[in-house]
Parts: sequence; structure tokens; C-alpha cells
Amino acid sequence: MSLLAVRELNAFYGDFQALFGVSLEVAEGETVAVIGANGAGKSTFLGAVAGVLPVPREAVRLDGDAVGGLRAHRMVDLGVALVPEGRRIFPSLTVEENLRVGAHRARSGRWTLRRVFELFPRLAERRRQPGTNLSGGEQQMLAIGRGLMGNPRLLLVDEMSLGLAPVVVKQLYEVLATIAAEGMTTVVVEQDVSQVLRVAGQVFCFRKGAVSLAGRPAELTRARIAAAYFGA
Amino acid sequence: MAWVDTVLQGLLLGGLYALFATGLSLIFGVMRIVNLAHGDFSILAAFGAVALVDALGWNPLLALAAVVPAMALAGWLLQRVVLNRLLGQGILPPVLVTFGLSIVIQNALLEAFSADSRRLDPGGLDTASLALGAGLAVGWFSLVTLLVAVAVLVGLQLFIGRTRLGRALRASADDPGTAALMGIDDRRLYALAMAVSLGIVAVAGIFLGVRTTFSFSSGPDRLLFAFEAVIIGGLGSLWGTLVGGCILGVAQTTGARLSPGWGILTGHLVFLAVLLLRPHGLFARPRRSD
Repeated sequence: MSLLAVRELNAFYGDFQALFGVSLEVAEGETVAVIGANGAGKSTFLGAVAGVLPVPREAVRLDGDAVGGLRAHRMVDLGVALVPEGRRIFPSLTVEENLRVGAHRARSGRWTLRRVFELFPRLAERRRQPGTNLSGGEQQMLAIGRGLMGNPRLLLVDEMSLGLAPVVVKQLYEVLATIAAEGMTTVVVEQDVSQVLRVAGQVFCFRKGAVSLAGRPAELTRARIAAAYFGA
Repeated sequence: MAWVDTVLQGLLLGGLYALFATGLSLIFGVMRIVNLAHGDFSILAAFGAVALVDALGWNPLLALAAVVPAMALAGWLLQRVVLNRLLGQGILPPVLVTFGLSIVIQNALLEAFSADSRRLDPGGLDTASLALGAGLAVGWFSLVTLLVAVAVLVGLQLFIGRTRLGRALRASADDPGTAALMGIDDRRLYALAMAVSLGIVAVAGIFLGVRTTFSFSSGPDRLLFAFEAVIIGGLGSLWGTLVGGCILGVAQTTGARLSPGWGILTGHLVFLAVLLLRPHGLFARPRRSD
């Protein structure tokens, strides 16, 4: 059975409809890429799964249970972690405190402060500094580490590489592959298609709030992706 | 020496103001809500102590043990049942609701306890003093008040700085949306903060009642002084609240020494001066612009 099953998901900001009948499934242990242009509904999709947006209960299923529209802190209890767009590091907290607050609802599991520091040695060096003193790439590492600290079953990463240097992006994807190799189910939202296609088992392209293309990276040609991404 | 005495009394008075201001500062820091009924809750607590003293003959300081938990519970319920419903609707609804609560509490106290001024008698502690030599003396009770204020601030600082819940409070104050993504239930956290806030202001109200007379309508004045202490110290800074309380206290005793009617006025003028020169207060914690 799929860990995450989204069926006919519609999502609204007030009267504005942002998602139109999105359906997709993510298997346990799989890494899934969600790509698309600005405003395609990618972040809205992650927000709907993570409980940030009110959506119908039946539209989102986690391990078979209908969980759509539960509030965000309840979704954390159920094992859904969202690494938000823009990193959203807590400025009043040190690097280490940012990680510890990620374990606020301590689900038991393999991710601990020590293991996150092993994964990101840069963070260990700077553990006593305010989280917002870090560079953009380090803040993304911190945000991912903070997400892992909750020992989620499903890790959602929004705009993984936005605003980061290519060399940093490469490092982050290497780490993501390491996390995936440990069995973490991951959904990565990305505008930079080339990197994410290397790690993803499945890719979903969003356009105008709907899935315009779905498949395995190997089965998709650049031309088909470009057509789905920009509209033909 | 008389001026030294004036400043000393002002500093001690500042301890009481800090006790009033701490809860206000905490709630504003965590939720960005101003509780306009804060002063009235302190008077409610003082009348709670009056009721226990009248009915059971307790010492008012013993009444603390019953009134403080009761007020903390009231704070928890206030947040859970009323204020949490107003989250995310802007700053106006909480202001209107707490303003309404202020009026409700005052009128309820007027009904229950009449318009008479009351005082709490702790059995001699209020008049005992400690001679410091050179003609200076400080009241034991004022000293205890200041020490309690410092202890409350140290305790709160440790709670916010060192504990899991304190960390969650800071995260939620920074960015409630992202804090929710960490599994933090902001509504529960806010209820806890309001319980702490009203528990502390209950101590302040009972100490006020030992120090001076109060009536059903004393709350808004207390709110004003608490406000001034918070603003002088800087919003969101706990130790700034103590310094702000002490500056306000010294300003009031100094003004009163110049002329008996000038005490309160001088406090307000110093407050306005700080607002003009340092609008963010003396120790404002840097915040993100959003």
C-alpha cells in the first residue's frame, strides 16, 4: 500500500482555487519529485498534505488512514514533516535549539541530534550560534535536520534549492540520497529539474494547479517535461 | 540622605511594578496580544484573598497558596475558551474582548464587595522595617516584594531559556506557522502562557493589597503602570521589565518628593520621555521585521 495517497485533491485560498483534482501516490521508501513553474501549486500541495491548508478528510490518506485537513501539529504526530519554503529558521533559537525544537513531539526513531550532526558536520561546528547567522545553504541543512529530528515517516521538502549556489545544491542532493538510502520516504518540490530527476523514483509535473505529467524519470524525455512544465 | 531614601523606595516600588508587568510582557511577547484586563485580574486576585481572609481568617500571604493556582486556572480557561477563538483575526478582537472583560470584572467586584476600599493585613510584616544605618530604612515587605519579583523573573527566564516548553514558546513567538510544523500546538502553549501570566499577576495583586488600599476600580491604573514598565524596559525583554518598573518607581517617588501630587505625573512624563527618545524601550529584543 502507498504511504501517501492523495485523491482528487482540491485546495483553496479563500475563494481562489489553487489545486484542481490532484491525485498521486507515494510508496514507502520512495523519493518523489514535484516540479513545476512558479504558481503551479507545488507548495500548496505540500501545505495541503502537511495540514497547513484545510482540505477534505478523504483527499489525503496516510498509510490508508484519511488525514486530510488535520491541523499541522497533528500531522507531525502522525509522522509528516514539512521543510518549509524559505527555510523558516527560528531567529531566537540557536542552531542546536532549532534542531531540538524539531523533536518537540519526540517520535522515537533513528534520527537524533548526534546523527543529524554526523550528517551535517557544519551544523555541529556552529551549534551555539543563532540559527539565522548561517548561510543560505547551511540554513537549508538546518531546516532539513530539524525536519528529520521529528523522525517522520514522510519528509516533505519545499523548494529544496531555491536561491542556493549550484555547489551547495549538489551537496544537499547527496545528503538527500543518503537519507533516502536509509529508507526515508521523501517528496521534494523543486524548480531546478536536472538535480531532482537524478534522485527521484517518480516525478510529477504541476501546471496551473493540476498534474500535467507523471512518470519515472527514465521514461520521460526532456521535450515532454518541458511541454508539461511550460505548457505546449 | 533623604534623596537616597527616595531613590531606594522607588527601586523597591519598582519590584511591585515589575510583578505587574511581567505577565503582560510575557503574553505580548508570545502572542502579540495586549490583555487590557490584566490589571483587573490582579484586583480580582486581591479580592479573592480578601474573601479568604474574611471567611477563614487566613493570613493574606497564606491566601497566595490558594489564589495563585486559582488565577492560573482562570488564565488557562480564559485562553482556551475565549482568546484562542480569536487567533488569526488581527489585533482588534483580543483588545475588544479583554476590554470587555475588564468592565465585567470591575462590575462583578462592585456587586460582590461593594465600592469600599479594602486592604490586606499580613499581621505586622507590612509595617516592620530593616534599618540600614545612616537614617535609612527599608520596609521588609517592600524588600520581599522586590526579591519575589527577581525570583519570578529568574524562574521565568530559566523556564523560557532552558526547558522544552520554553523553547517551544520562543519558536512560536518567532513564527507560529513554522512552529506548528514542529508539532507545537500553539493553542495549548498560549493557554500555558496565560496561566503563568495570571498566576504572576495574582501575586502582584495580593502584594499590592498588603501595601496599599484598593477597590473594585483599581485595575486600570495597575494596567497603565504595568504598560509603562514594559514599554520603558522594551517589549519582550523580561529583565527590561524589571528595569522599567524600577525607573517608573524611582520617577514616581522622586516626583512625589518634589511635591506630593506630582508622583504619578512624573512617572508618566518619564515614560513619555523614553517613548520619545527610545521608542523601542531600553532593552528591546531585536525582532524580525515581519
